[in-house]
Amino acid sequence: MTRLLRMIALILAVALSAGAARAQSADEAFTRLGADSFSDTNRAIELLIAGAHPQAAVIIEALAEGRLLAGGGAVVVKTKDGKLLDARTGAALASEPPGLNPVRLNNGVRRNIQAALGGLGLLNPDTAKRIAAAEAVFKSRDVSLLPVIETAISRETDTRAKAALRQAQAAILIAKTDAPPFDRLAAVDVLRERGDQDALATLRSLPGDASPALKDAQARAVADIEGKLALWRTVQNLWYGLSLGSVLLLAAIGLAITFGVMGVINMAHGEMVMLGAYTTFIVQEVIRARFPGLFDYSLAIALPLAFLVAGLVGIAIERGVIRFLYGRPLETLLATWGISLILQQAVRTAFGPTNREVGAPNFMSGAFELGGLAITWNRLWIIVFAALVFAALLAILKLTPIGLQMRAVTQNRRMASAMGIRTGRVDALTFGLGSGVAGLAGVALSQIDNVSPNLGQSYIIDSFMVVVFGGVGNLWGTLVGALTLGIANKLLEPYAGAVLGKIALLVFIILFIQKRPRGLFALKGRAVEA
Amino acid sequence: MITRFLIQGMDKRGLVFLCLIAAIAVLVPLANLLLPPGSLFHVPTSTMSLWGKYLCYALLAISLDLVWGYCGILSLGHGAFFALGGYAMGMYLMRQIGSRGTYGNPILPDFMVFLNWSELPWYWYGFSSFPFAMLMVLAVPGLLAFVFGWFAFRSRVTGVYLSIITQALTYALLLAFFRNDMGFGGNNGLTDFKDILGFNVQAQTTRAALFAMTCIMLIAGFLIARGIVVSKLGKVVIAIRDAESRTRFLGYRVDRFKLFVFTVSACMAGVAGALYVPQVGIINPSEFAPANSIETVIWVAVGGRGTLVGAALGAVVVNYAKTVFTSGFMAPYWLFALGALFVLVTLFMPKGILGTAQDWWSKRRKPEPVATAEPAPAE
Amino acid sequence: MSTALMSTSTPTLTSSLLYLDGVSVSFDGFKAIRGLSLVIAPGEMRAIIGPNGAGKTTMMDIITGKTRPDAGTVMFGGSVDLTRLDEAAIANLGIGRKFQKPTVFDFHTIEDNILLALKSKRTVRRTLFWKTANADQKRIDHILGVIKLGDARARLAGSLSHGQKQWLEIGMLLAQDPKLLLVDEPAAGMTDGETAETAVLLKEIARDHSVIVVEHDMGFIRELGVKVTVLHEGSVLAEGPLDQVSANERVVEVYLGR
Repeated sequence: MTRLLRMIALILAVALSAGAARAQSADEAFTRLGADSFSDTNRAIELLIAGAHPQAAVIIEALAEGRLLAGGGAVVVKTKDGKLLDARTGAALASEPPGLNPVRLNNGVRRNIQAALGGLGLLNPDTAKRIAAAEAVFKSRDVSLLPVIETAISRETDTRAKAALRQAQAAILIAKTDAPPFDRLAAVDVLRERGDQDALATLRSLPGDASPALKDAQARAVADIEGKLALWRTVQNLWYGLSLGSVLLLAAIGLAITFGVMGVINMAHGEMVMLGAYTTFIVQEVIRARFPGLFDYSLAIALPLAFLVAGLVGIAIERGVIRFLYGRPLETLLATWGISLILQQAVRTAFGPTNREVGAPNFMSGAFELGGLAITWNRLWIIVFAALVFAALLAILKLTPIGLQMRAVTQNRRMASAMGIRTGRVDALTFGLGSGVAGLAGVALSQIDNVSPNLGQSYIIDSFMVVVFGGVGNLWGTLVGALTLGIANKLLEPYAGAVLGKIALLVFIILFIQKRPRGLFALKGRAVEA
Repeated sequence: MITRFLIQGMDKRGLVFLCLIAAIAVLVPLANLLLPPGSLFHVPTSTMSLWGKYLCYALLAISLDLVWGYCGILSLGHGAFFALGGYAMGMYLMRQIGSRGTYGNPILPDFMVFLNWSELPWYWYGFSSFPFAMLMVLAVPGLLAFVFGWFAFRSRVTGVYLSIITQALTYALLLAFFRNDMGFGGNNGLTDFKDILGFNVQAQTTRAALFAMTCIMLIAGFLIARGIVVSKLGKVVIAIRDAESRTRFLGYRVDRFKLFVFTVSACMAGVAGALYVPQVGIINPSEFAPANSIETVIWVAVGGRGTLVGAALGAVVVNYAKTVFTSGFMAPYWLFALGALFVLVTLFMPKGILGTAQDWWSKRRKPEPVATAEPAPAE
Repeated sequence: MSTALMSTSTPTLTSSLLYLDGVSVSFDGFKAIRGLSLVIAPGEMRAIIGPNGAGKTTMMDIITGKTRPDAGTVMFGGSVDLTRLDEAAIANLGIGRKFQKPTVFDFHTIEDNILLALKSKRTVRRTLFWKTANADQKRIDHILGVIKLGDARARLAGSLSHGQKQWLEIGMLLAQDPKLLLVDEPAAGMTDGETAETAVLLKEIARDHSVIVVEHDMGFIRELGVKVTVLHEGSVLAEGPLDQVSANERVVEVYLGR
């Protein structure tokens, strides 16, 4: 203990004085290391730190791990991969000096090493390293480092590093029963400000002997942090909900278009999503095999292809089957279900029943934090993508001639036909557009879900719910429907669990449709009955 | 009154069907029990159970035809009623196991012991009694259909919307029954049955009796469905199918008629499920899968909707084909065939086997169309 | 409904069969009916004319419960508020309706169409165990005779011609034996001969029923020879005998344009 304190005093001395006798003390340190007695080694550590030797960290670390070798006047650091370096200069050695032995350790030396390393980190010229060291102390709550921390705080100029150091100090003080009561109260405040899960754990570790005032402050701080964390959790759930909502929007919006314009339910819509995902898979396979450099652009290449593939299959379904069933929506439902079975089985035959690997380009991988919020890049991009698709569809419907025709057919098919709109062509294009958008959804979903023949099936019922809830004939209904269901789902999950939450939503929609049989945004008036 | 209700307006087609099923009910069990295995006419027990399963499906198909073919309600959730009836029967069979389970608990089924449950959930009370369980076979699907239908029909949810929410209903039940906490055996469902009414469910004689019972229930279901569709109520129901709002303006409370037919149909599906479970030996949540319910619809479509007999025929034909397909080298192509069936039947044979045959028949006989309950092509 | 309105309108309320006052309804901002008032006396036959979009069909929808008005009073038999009832309840009160486009049950025989319309208890149980009594059969036969479809009784209604469907629907109205018949364009798509016969039939029906006829065909209206109400943009433009109404300047303006 005394040695430890001496150590610390020394570190402080180092910190405060620029050593003129550095070179000399360094020489002495290396001589003592070579002597290989525990007391000499201890003294050497002190000297290295006191002299702020540039190699000090490397040497002490090597010492701790038994990689510091000495013999015949030479002191050598053996790196982890077995190279030999001159301890003094850090230069690589051409040949191994004779008679080298590892410098021995005992518990006393080890303790000194630990304190020295902690202290070295806290005083490291690199700010990031200082912060990391402070974090380490925050977790270890090593009382012996308190004086070092206090010195470090007094010298610190960087605000973030200073805050980290203060938090480390607070974490130690909270547990230190002999610290001045006022300091411990202040420590509670510091931890409260930090406000994360670790701060909460540290606060909870307050020893039982604390004064009532301190206990009271601690209880308030705990409640405060818990409240904040709950808020962040809610925000995080909202984010998950938004993410799920955007996925639902992508999956459902094509369905909403075909259902709105043609009044038919396309049970094979999910398979259009699946085709989009498999298109992405094929594009990536080709890129991996032929043009590995293009991998980051694989999704951008897959998007138009997926749109085309799914869109053309959609048009083929419309021209080949659905147009013969016009006016018989229930039979369309059955026929498209049959098509979905065929498409699933076809993909299963061609690609096998197992999940296929679709990789993520660089910009889609990883995550970042925003306050207490963890955001993954792929989810963020999917939300952006869903918004873009939505805006594009809105523009197509509002601004293009085909959009105008589609809206006309949605509102009054017979009238539109009488006005010279070729409803058959509009139907085919609508179906192609709806299916193409499903293909786009498939590209996005390949990034967050398993690409398997069953991919479409797992989204189709949810998509129906969105369309039924949002109402047809209005894209905004689909948007509101998708986001509402996505967010409600994720907000219910923590309370009810994933499955019960989903059941609750299904029951809610079954009841909701009783009140609004045509969804949130329904067309009104006599036209609906026609 | 009941007899008159059941046999009124019986036609030749119905009589042929009744006689056929009655003959099967007697002959197949006898051929199984009395003839030696080497005999040409011997029916192996496995074949009998397989056909027993088909006939359960036939009853399910008739129940669906009642609502779809006659009332225009395309239920994509009829599998749910079937499964609920099956679970009610399964619960009775589980309680009959008694202390013969793996864990030897006299009260709790094995899966509850496995989940460390200490007592039987309240909704399992009474299922050790056969009459109570049979009552539940009717009551649970019936009640669910009644409550669901009461909401849906009163608010005039029709057409595709109704189909979608019936699908959501069975999907919600699928998710629910997968949960262990529900107390219905979760993923594995209910199985390892021992006795039914004191007879070993595996025994050949019990199998034969179950088969005969299935035939009897199919006959009963057919007679009830037929009695309904040829009554004036049946005419009202067809009127609702073809011109719902016109029926309303005639003063009929459309929602009540739909509710009646829907509930009766659900009870019938429940009975089919209850007969299915002891013959198949297991009931698990996959019976709630939306795909199952849609498959039922295609049986009815293949046989000919709005004919009852056709529905039963379609169920047997499609399931027989499925057995043949999936047991041979063509197994990977079954889904292609099934999918194609959906597309081709809706495109080229909207009246199904029976309707098409009947059209052909009546065209040869007399050009004047006769009164039948063929469905309108349009909704 | 204010008490003042109640007290002033009480006399008409009690003596009228159908009483509409200040009825308005709009669809997505479009006012289909605005402040419509109309009184039909028991036993009266009334013709309603008006250009397309005048609100004739919407008015019928309101009376029969298909559409709920946003404002206004709709009373039947002096005491029953129709705005609170659904279609079936209104039909059972004794209001029958024939649609603009003839709507019969195509997959039922003509006889069954009449049977379904026949006045009887409309409960599930009654219909399930229904047995057609002799009196009912006689009534069906009588109606089939009136609409001249007796020989075709076993044919499917779907196989009838347009005009025959119109008549079948009128027959179904008769079978319902309502207090008030709403007849939407009964002569549409008929030959002149059929139109004349229909007018005779309607006049016969009007002897013991109240009838509202909506029609475009002026010849037909003239043949009926009853009081006429002209609707325009959802409210009453003129009311009176046909000659008087057709001399009305505003009516001419509406029909012929300026």
